[in-house]
Amino acid sequence: MFGFNRNKIKEGLTRTRNSVFGQITTLMGGGDIDDEMWEDLEALLIQADVGAETSMELIETVRERVQREGIYRAVDAQRVLKEEMQNLLDGYAPSKIDEHRLVTVILVVGVNGSGKTTTIAKLANYYQKQGRRVILGAGDTFRAAAIDQLKIWGERVGSTVIAHQENADPGAVVFDSLKSALARKADMVIIDTAGRLHTKFNLMKEVEKLKSIARKQVHGAPHETLLVLDGTTGQNALSQAKHFKKAVEITGVVVTKLDGTAKGGVVLAIGKTLEVPVRFIGVGEGVDDLIPFDSKAFVDGLFEEV
Amino acid sequence: MFESLQDKLQGVFEQLNRRGRLSEADVKLALREVRMALLEADVNFKVVKEFVGRIRERAIGIELSKNITPGQQVVKIVHEELLETLGDSAPLDLGGKSPHVIMLVGLQGSGKTTTAAKLALHLRKSKHSPLLVAADTRRPAAIEQLKVLGRQLDIPVYSEDSSVPPPDICANAIKVAKAGANNIVILDTAGRLQIDEALMDELVQIKQRTSPKEVLLVADSMTGQEAVRVAEGFDEKVDLTGLILTKIDGDARGGAAISIRSVTGVPIKFLGTGEKLNEIEVFHPDRLASRILGMGDVLTLIERAEEVIDEEVAERSAKKLLEGNFNLEDFLEQLQQIKKLGPLNKVIDMLPGMGDITKTISTDDMEDRLKRTQAIINSMTLTERRNPKILNSSRKKRVAKGSGTTVQEINQLISQFRQMQKMMKKLRNPRARQNLMNMFGGFR
Repeated sequence: MFGFNRNKIKEGLTRTRNSVFGQITTLMGGGDIDDEMWEDLEALLIQADVGAETSMELIETVRERVQREGIYRAVDAQRVLKEEMQNLLDGYAPSKIDEHRLVTVILVVGVNGSGKTTTIAKLANYYQKQGRRVILGAGDTFRAAAIDQLKIWGERVGSTVIAHQENADPGAVVFDSLKSALARKADMVIIDTAGRLHTKFNLMKEVEKLKSIARKQVHGAPHETLLVLDGTTGQNALSQAKHFKKAVEITGVVVTKLDGTAKGGVVLAIGKTLEVPVRFIGVGEGVDDLIPFDSKAFVDGLFEEV
Repeated sequence: MFESLQDKLQGVFEQLNRRGRLSEADVKLALREVRMALLEADVNFKVVKEFVGRIRERAIGIELSKNITPGQQVVKIVHEELLETLGDSAPLDLGGKSPHVIMLVGLQGSGKTTTAAKLALHLRKSKHSPLLVAADTRRPAAIEQLKVLGRQLDIPVYSEDSSVPPPDICANAIKVAKAGANNIVILDTAGRLQIDEALMDELVQIKQRTSPKEVLLVADSMTGQEAVRVAEGFDEKVDLTGLILTKIDGDARGGAAISIRSVTGVPIKFLGTGEKLNEIEVFHPDRLASRILGMGDVLTLIERAEEVIDEEVAERSAKKLLEGNFNLEDFLEQLQQIKKLGPLNKVIDMLPGMGDITKTISTDDMEDRLKRTQAIINSMTLTERRNPKILNSSRKKRVAKGSGTTVQEINQLISQFRQMQKMMKKLRNPRARQNLMNMFGGFR
């Protein structure tokens, strides 16, 4: 299982490695450390969407360690860099969803177009393959045909979809989804929500309401509130994560579209600023292209040769 | 939309303002901050380098003027360079033979389908007759999504089964447009990665068979460093003619706009400003540049105010204000009107020179105080609102209980209100009024 994931992560991050991080491997592949190397490194990290602030701090930490440990070869500095990157990612809880309950309720939130509905289909597929019975709640009653989109996915992955009409109250969808999950003795309910920009006060309040409706049906629900972040997003991803964390207490992050982007650096910035674990990453359009996040495999994947 | 960049640049220039002269060290410090701010705003690394280089060249040789502080001079240069980079607003090219084809392309989730509908509505408002074409056969229910939007707007949508190749669908749609007298055809293509060769070839085919006048890249304003490569990838294959920047109603700093514009040279044509189908704006570089620099965006504020504020109510309270009959009931009405403008921090950001305030005062606190004030007035009887003088301690206790506040807060509100009344009385003097008007006029 682990080996499979590592390969998948490596594959998905091929572009990232070949462009930016591949250049880091080249930059720090041989010779001694000099000032120019640090400057080039900073430039490369920023271009990987790590962000100016996080990049500078990361380099500062690496430089300090290099000095303290008497390191002079670039290759060794690269090792330190990898360790520090992983530290950024491991500063918080393990990235596994605890699903040993009667029924696990997952609420999926995010800004418009980040890939929520597709991610839900992939999540359903992932858990169904492990023998869990998954019910999907079509809580995005706002976007035109979002319900149809989820229904089509439901059919493809073999999950029942609980849906209402367009423009119906999403709270009622949550209510019905949980009721029917309990009646059918499903193992898991994954609820889609309408895309919302994190700066919209009223829309964030709506998520709060959905959560309280879920809580009244199933003890401790939603057990996970996952924020779906578009991997192509730059530094705004941080603002999204901060706002969603503050307003609706997200418990995990899913980063999507990491196959297309040459980046992935924003994952490091999120790791540094927020104590919210990355749960999954999306690395392709196929329904199997969602993989549990593994920080070591992720960092290794950024540097290793294919 | 560009708040953070605006804040940071303002911070830099405040430091400059405090000094008398612009030394080379000052320029260096300022440029460092400009660089950081632009990078944190997701402007592409290489674009930032060039941009900062141009500013350095102009800033160092600068002649210090007596009338304008060094800080203002740097702001002026940055502003000019921003305007230069953002370019002029460019209208859609609708010349030549009808039907005019507009092709929308972009990554997954950038907002193509919604933008297609918004654009169709925008064009119909100016007396065009658009036909929407559902050429996204890949994403489940994308065709249905466009159909629903078309129904909502009463704009025709051409679609075929999702098994038909998109280039065929688009070519057929043009025949239909000609027969049905639609003078504009908007192609909603599937989202794709600029590196997906098979899918990029599909776009080339669609372009060859429909000869679009406009090929517009729909880009998410939150895009990071990748924006440049996305734009270059699409431009190389299908020769972009313009850019539509979506989701700018969030807090994205929108550096992508600067990046894409500067590497492709294509103009930014529209901005997507909200979830509703009428929320699309023609791009104004001057407004955007001003906002980036914290010069405010009064025009947008006025436009928004005109949309949401009930004119009758506003006039009534203005009249009462000037007559000195302004009571707590009117005050409540006004608070409600202000709330309609949107979150306070957004409103304040649009006012010139006010960007700083949001740094020192938490707008959440202000929002909270506004709410408490409303609660207090709501807990009063009509008689009390019209004549706060009758509020004795027993009444105040009741109001405090009802609103979940304290008597102290109620006293504060009443004393503030009295001061306001006093000020209003002074304003009944025509000359004082004229002075005030001039002050507000100065903002424009």
